[in-house]
Order: sequence, then structure tokens, then C-alpha cells
Amino acid sequence: MTTTLAIMKKELVVYFKSPMAYIVAGVFLALTGVFFIDSVDTMFAVAEIRGLLLRSVFFLLPLIPPLLTMRLLAEEQKLGTLELLLTAPVRDYEVVFGKFIASFIILSGTVLLTLFYVLILSIYSNPDLGPIFSGYVGFLLCGGATLSIGLLASSLSGNQLVAAAVGFGVILLFNVIDQITTIVGGAVAKVLEAVSLTGHFDSFARGVIDTGDVVYYLVVMAFFLFLTIRSLESRRWR
Amino acid sequence: MTTESMIEVDGLTKYYGDFPAVSGLTFSVRKGEILGFLGPNGAGKSTTMRVLTGYMPPSSGTARIAGYDIVGDSLKARQHIGYLPENVPLYTEMTIREYLSFMGKIRGMSNERIVSRTNDVIQICHLEDYRDTLIGKLSKGFRQRTGIAQAVLHEPDVLIMDEPTIGIDPIQIVETRQLIKDLGGEHTLIISTHILPEVSMICERVVIIHEGEIVAEDTPKNLGDRLEGTERLTMEVRGPIKEVTKAIRNVKGVQDVSFANGESGSGLYNIIGKREGDMRVDLAKAVVDNGWGLLRMEAVTLSLEEIFLRLTTAEGS
Repeated sequence: MTTTLAIMKKELVVYFKSPMAYIVAGVFLALTGVFFIDSVDTMFAVAEIRGLLLRSVFFLLPLIPPLLTMRLLAEEQKLGTLELLLTAPVRDYEVVFGKFIASFIILSGTVLLTLFYVLILSIYSNPDLGPIFSGYVGFLLCGGATLSIGLLASSLSGNQLVAAAVGFGVILLFNVIDQITTIVGGAVAKVLEAVSLTGHFDSFARGVIDTGDVVYYLVVMAFFLFLTIRSLESRRWR
Repeated sequence: MTTESMIEVDGLTKYYGDFPAVSGLTFSVRKGEILGFLGPNGAGKSTTMRVLTGYMPPSSGTARIAGYDIVGDSLKARQHIGYLPENVPLYTEMTIREYLSFMGKIRGMSNERIVSRTNDVIQICHLEDYRDTLIGKLSKGFRQRTGIAQAVLHEPDVLIMDEPTIGIDPIQIVETRQLIKDLGGEHTLIISTHILPEVSMICERVVIIHEGEIVAEDTPKNLGDRLEGTERLTMEVRGPIKEVTKAIRNVKGVQDVSFANGESGSGLYNIIGKREGDMRVDLAKAVVDNGWGLLRMEAVTLSLEEIFLRLTTAEGS
């Protein structure tokens, strides 16, 4: 536990020492700002951030999480520091959890900055806070899932660019995979719909916290974190 | 295993695919001893160290650190190890103090102990002026010391250092060697290197490893003694070269003789004996009986370099 915390704290410090935390926050706020203006500047604008969150899930979650996770394990492999880290009395999963939590904190912090838009809405109007709350819950769950995918990508290579590219590709694929359901049809379509990252977010945005969707994101997170731990262990049989 | 041994390695084997990087290593290191791990590049030194530190499990065989099995009791074993990997990997975006504190925490040290030990190791490794400098801005020699500082931070029983003096300048090498020497006694050390003089300077015992197997194990002095003495001699003789060479060759126990150099009248001869008894008396007699002048005769001690070359190149032939 203390080890996980120590690793988490170290990664947080590095995020703020490198420009990455600021770049991520800047990009995130700039793009969500555009989404926000677009959503309120319409004829029958509703005081909600549903459109903003939906578009963020679609456009920003493939982009931002891989940027946050690409360094975490790839750099340790490249510098060789992983050897020192893993020969300390540390368990592999403590390393993975510590790094995952650090990236999750940065992503959450960035997302919570968008509460600013909610503040603007409540000054000029009277937004329904229920869907906003559920939307944020869903966004963080989906964000956690994408971070775990990014972390796995980072464990596979000593090259940060490769890690980012793989993470980006896999998350984007998970995002758009349900768009071909009408073509393939049948049982395959059902499966594709079930594994789609965006598909499970819709109900959160509408104000419904469905246990099935929560479980889905948690399972995705657990699955990819498990694969990441196994990937670290793979040095043992490679 | 006379007294308490801190490191016990038994039949350690590690395969990369079908390729045996090390096979059947067996050795032990006593408490407080400094063991040199000597071998050419690719001999399996780093692999052995990675296995001992728990980074990779052995394919077969066992190793115990401070009594804990490196596979079965990996976490406990790792608690007793300080490790300096090859090329000293460090987090460049941290200061020395931040880095040492992080390494202390992941080794489960208490905050008070981290603070006091950080001060201690900064002093031991002479890093006082750089404690708040980013590691990325340090020169190679200071990084090396930072690497050693983290390795001894938690006062481990066993220190494992992979090529600790590689890539730093000669003055820093001397300092680093002294530092390592000072660490012996308190800690049990394994040091790998392919620099031979380093071994005779620092180590009390040497294991020479070649192609994944131990080819020799002894003290640096004994390794020298084993191939010194009557086996190789140099003699300076005043007399006709041809006759002298012939006379020496006829002495009992001489295997080979070669004329090295010399001016008119006297010459230097290298003699290789068969390693059966002392041939010096007979040699002197042969020279004197012929009426030539014996100017000098001495035994040649092989340097570790030569022993190393003999063991690793002429092995089997």
C-alpha cells in the first residue's frame, strides 16, 4: 500500500515537472470549450452538458489518456529504471496500480476543471444536476478504462510514441466498433455493441447510472490492468 | 561454506530461449566478503546478477540471499539486496534527495530512517553539494555515486554491482573503487567487471566466468600463484645464443625456450617449464658448467590478464 502510494506520488510529481499535465489540461479545456459554445449557441439550447460529454468521450478519450500513460512504463523500460524498481521489494501489481492511479488523478483533475461550464450554466439558467452528475461518473469510468488500455500499450514497448499510437488506435477502435453493427447484424452485432466504449456511455449522459454499464467499465479496467501486470511479469519467461 | 555465507548459488542456470546464458553456476559468498565476477562481455555476468536480484527467475538451480530463496521468498530476499544495474538507470527528472527518498519508500523504510539514511549516504558518496540537483544534470561520475547511494540506502546485507566503474573518468574510477572497498566488511559484495586490475585492487576472491560457466574461482593472488613460479622463467645469460638455447632445452623439465632479445654477448631467454618440480637449480648449473655468465633469473608472475586469457581462450585445448 505504501509502495503504491509512493509510486503514485512520484508519478504525480513528474506529471507536473514535465509539461505533460499542463498540455493535457490545455488541450482538454480548449476542445471542451469549443464543444460547450457549440452546444449553447443553438436555437433551442438546453442547459446541459450532455453534448459536451458525449463529444469528449468520442474525441478526447482516445487522445488524452494515451498521452498521459505513454510515459509511465515505456520510459522505465527505455531508461532501465524498471530493473531497479522491480528488484526493490515491490510487487508488480503495486507498480501498475500506483501508475494507473496517478494518471487517473490527472485525468480526473482535468475533467473536473470543466465544472466551470456547469457553473456558467447555473448562473444563466437552471441546469438539471442529475444527468450532469451521472455524466461525470460515466466519463470518469470510461476515462479509467481508456487509461488502463493506454497503460497496457505503455508496458509493451520501450518507445513512448509506439505506446501512444497503440493506445490511441485501440481506444479509437473500441469507440467506433459499434458503427458497423447495422452491416454485420446478428449475434456479432450484439457483441460489438456490448464491447463498445461509447455505447455504454449514452445512458450515463441521459442521467441513468446503469449497474451493467458501471460493471462493464470496471471489467474493462480490471482486464487491461491485469494484462499490464502480466506484461510486466512476462520478462520472467521471455 | 566455512562461516556464515550471505549468498549461496547452487546450479544456477538461465536459458534465453534455447540459448543457455549461464549454466550450472555454483558459488557462495561469505558475509563481508567482496567477490569479483570476472568475464568478457556476454559471459553471463549481467544475467547472473539479474537472477540474483530477482529481476528474472532462474531456469533451474537455486540461489539464496541472506538465507531467503530468490524465487520462493523473493520479496524477503530483495529486501536484503542493494543493486546497481549496469549503466546506472536513474530518474533524471528527480533531484538526488527526491530520488533517494523515493527509493527508500518503495523499500518500505520509515520516514525518519529515510531522512537520516539519506544524509548518511549523501555524505558517504560525497554528494553534499548536489543533493538538490536534478539527476539529469549530473555528470556520469556523480550519477554513478547516486546509484551507489541508492544501493546502500537501506543498509542491505548484500550489494550487487554490475560494472560499477564503467564509463567514468580515471579519477572518478579511483574514487569509486575506494568507495566500494570501504563498503566491504559491512556489506557482502558481488562486483562484476571485465577490467582485471580492478579485481586485484578491490576483491578478495574472484570467480571467472566464460560462456556462462565458471572457469576459475580463487583469490586474485592464488590465481596468480597457480601459474607462476617455476613454470615460467626469464633468464639473462652471457654466452653464444645457439649453444645456450640448446643447453637450456636439454635441462630436465624445460618444455620450451625462446630467445627474446639482447646485445652481443648476452641474451634474454623465456623458458616455459613442464610444471614438475623446480628447474632453476638445473638451469643455473647448466649455464655455469658451460662457462657462460648467469646474469639474472626470475620467475614470471602471470597478470590476471594473462590468466584470464588462458582460461577463456585456451580452455579445453
